[in-house]
Amino acid sequence: MKVIDTANNIAALAAKMARPKVISAYPITPQTTIVEKLAQYVESGELKSEFIRVESEHSAMASCIGAEATGVRTFTATSSHGLLLMHEMLHWAALARLPIVMVNINRAIGPGWSIWSDCNDSVAQRDTGWLQFYCSSNQEVFDTVIQAYRVAEHKDVQLPVMINYDGFILSHTSMPAEIPSQEEIDSFLPEYSPEWKLDTDNPITHGNIIGPEYYMEVRYDMHMSQQKAKKVIKDVDREWAEKFGRSYGGLIEKYRCDDADTVIVSYGAMGAEAHASVDELRKRGEKVGLARLRVFRPFPKEEMKEIAENSELIVIDRNISPGMEGAMATEIKATVGTNIKQFIAGLGGRDVTYRDIVRMYELAKENKDGWYSVEVE
Amino acid sequence: MPLTEVVFYGRGGQGAVTAANLLASAALKSGNEGVQAFPLFGAERRGAPVKAFARISDTKIYLRSQIYFPDIVVILDTGIMDTVNVTSGLKEEGTVLMNTPRSPEEIDMPFRVATVDATGIAIENKILVGGIPVVNTPIIGALPKLMDNLTIGAVREAIIERWGKNAGEKNADAAEKAYEGVRIK
Repeated sequence: MKVIDTANNIAALAAKMARPKVISAYPITPQTTIVEKLAQYVESGELKSEFIRVESEHSAMASCIGAEATGVRTFTATSSHGLLLMHEMLHWAALARLPIVMVNINRAIGPGWSIWSDCNDSVAQRDTGWLQFYCSSNQEVFDTVIQAYRVAEHKDVQLPVMINYDGFILSHTSMPAEIPSQEEIDSFLPEYSPEWKLDTDNPITHGNIIGPEYYMEVRYDMHMSQQKAKKVIKDVDREWAEKFGRSYGGLIEKYRCDDADTVIVSYGAMGAEAHASVDELRKRGEKVGLARLRVFRPFPKEEMKEIAENSELIVIDRNISPGMEGAMATEIKATVGTNIKQFIAGLGGRDVTYRDIVRMYELAKENKDGWYSVEVE
Repeated sequence: MPLTEVVFYGRGGQGAVTAANLLASAALKSGNEGVQAFPLFGAERRGAPVKAFARISDTKIYLRSQIYFPDIVVILDTGIMDTVNVTSGLKEEGTVLMNTPRSPEEIDMPFRVATVDATGIAIENKILVGGIPVVNTPIIGALPKLMDNLTIGAVREAIIERWGKNAGEKNADAAEKAYEGVRIK
């Protein structure tokens, strides 16, 4: 069935079709319509799930942690300051190895107060142990929410997944999406069967104190599971393509990269927009490609190295680590070396058009990079 | 047509965003693979000038940015033209569709101008919300006359799908009236 709807409504539909047993979420712009939609689904009985209302995002995540630990599928969604308030619980969810799936609508951090897109909220959660996806279309939002459960719950992974997409630019934009039937989703994503759970008949303690003789192993195992997740993500993407005819390249979606001298690397909405920039530059005879980073954690080092072997990179970040640079640029330089061009663009929802990306390419060819379209005396 | 970009101007409460969504939905039903609709992102207030966007293409749309060089601008309330430059960025061969009882000949603009009395049609067809005429559904009906990639049948279908049989039919009839009544210079 083809629908046309906003990314938020499509995310809520995907969450419903994944059949979570517990949903706990606190509304925040621009995520609010997801919470409204899910509350309607639960209230109308369309979705048989417990909706736990809470007073904060910290409690929303705490509720998901408690529920998931009893061995049931959970879902939540948040944005910006809500995600920041969850920060402690994000670490908890990951270290407790709970495969919670959460949608985060990327929104800038205040003050100055902003409800518009940038990725500083999710980039600030880089080291929590969550897997991070960045989507660039409403269709990809639907597909990724379903796929995320398969990845998170996989025995080699057992880690929570955060699915990110740009506030308003995607969250409130209507685009078409092909929606499989509930039967098709059920067969792709069967009922959750946990590796462990809290069970009153067989009581165990979990997350208790562990001394220096074990803690490193816990961290090591989590790190290795992130590494193993790369294969799982690619396998799930491939299986999705076989069943539903859509692939996102696993960890990185490449466009016209094969003979490219230069590859533009970006993510989220800018990663979609850059398609038009590549087409425009190709018309001018420039050999340009696009690598859209779909997964930020685990970081696709091997794929990035391969792209950098034959092409120069221009990295466009929609976030800033003040005192350093854009977070993706840091990761890419750590992977392929410092000889890249890097731009900061689109913070706080500043519009980035395909013409802007073409301009960034031109600047890079003039050996210039840095903050794009910032005028400060 | 490869890509048609439409900007809607209206006032908060007039349904400019809904109009953009209806257009995208009708365009999808008309067989276009790429459709998109979105508001100018911000805090909406009733009565304040608002802007909404729609893109239609026979191929998948990758653009996510706002529309700066539209092919068509649709003006739901001509009153905003005192403060907003509605033809800003409009392509030379672009079209202005206005909600006005005036004829396009009376409007002095260096573009193709189309007019339709959406307010009059709304009153005549009794589509009122809180006593205020609903202009967004009738004005959408005028668009198939201005675009190759949109049919009036699809517009009807999109309206009925959104509002159900009773209210939907009433609004769809108003759209059809606008389709028949639109005047193009």
